[in-house]
Amino acid sequence: MSSQNNEIRYLNPPTVEVKKKKYCRFKKAGIKYVDYKDAEFLKRFLNEQGKILPRRLTGTSLKFQKKVSQAVKRARHLALLPYVTDLLK
Amino acid sequence: MLKQYETVFIATPVLSEVQIKEAVKKFRDFITDNQGEIVYEEDWGLRKLAYPIQKKTTGFYHLIEFKADPSLIAKLEIQYRRDERIIRFLTFAMDKHSIAYAEKKRANKAETKN
Repeated sequence: MSSQNNEIRYLNPPTVEVKKKKYCRFKKAGIKYVDYKDAEFLKRFLNEQGKILPRRLTGTSLKFQKKVSQAVKRARHLALLPYVTDLLK
Repeated sequence: MLKQYETVFIATPVLSEVQIKEAVKKFRDFITDNQGEIVYEEDWGLRKLAYPIQKKTTGFYHLIEFKADPSLIAKLEIQYRRDERIIRFLTFAMDKHSIAYAEKKRANKAETKN
C-alpha cells in the first residue's frame, strides 16, 4: 500500500529546463537603429561560421531581426564582416 | 528636396597617399559641385578586409555623409563604377533614426576628443 503512494525515486532529480523568458534586447535597451558599420556589435548576432543567428536563439523581435540581417549583409558587402569563416571570431 | 545619404567606399591599397587624397577629393568635389552638402566626413585609413577583394586583403576606407538631391545618387554611383581605384562602395539613404544615431555618435566622439 505504502509503496504506491510514494513516488518513483530518481537517483538525481531531473533538472527541468526553467524556461528563461527571452526578450528583445533592442526594445529593452531602446535601440532604434542598427548600424552596419560597427562590426563588433553585429558579431554578437553571428555564430562561429559567420552565419546570422536565428530569432529563436537570440530572441529578437521580427522588426529588429530584419534590421540586423540587413545591417549584416551591408557589412559583409563592405568586407567588414566575412561571408563565411571557420575561426572563432 | 535634399535627402541625407551616407556613402562608404574602399580604395585599393596600392595607391600612394597622394592618389588616395586625390580620389577622395574627386568624390567630395563631385558632391559639392552638384548642389550636395557634405555633413560629415571620416577616414578610416588602411584596414584589413574580411575577405580578399580583387586579390587584395587591405583597403583604404572612407566615409562621407552628405545631403543631396536623389537624382545625384545615380550619377555618383556611375562615377564610382567608372573609377578603377575604387574597389567597392555602398551608398545608404538615412532615415530619422540613423540620422539621430550618427549625430549622437559624433557628439560623444567629440567629447572623447577634447
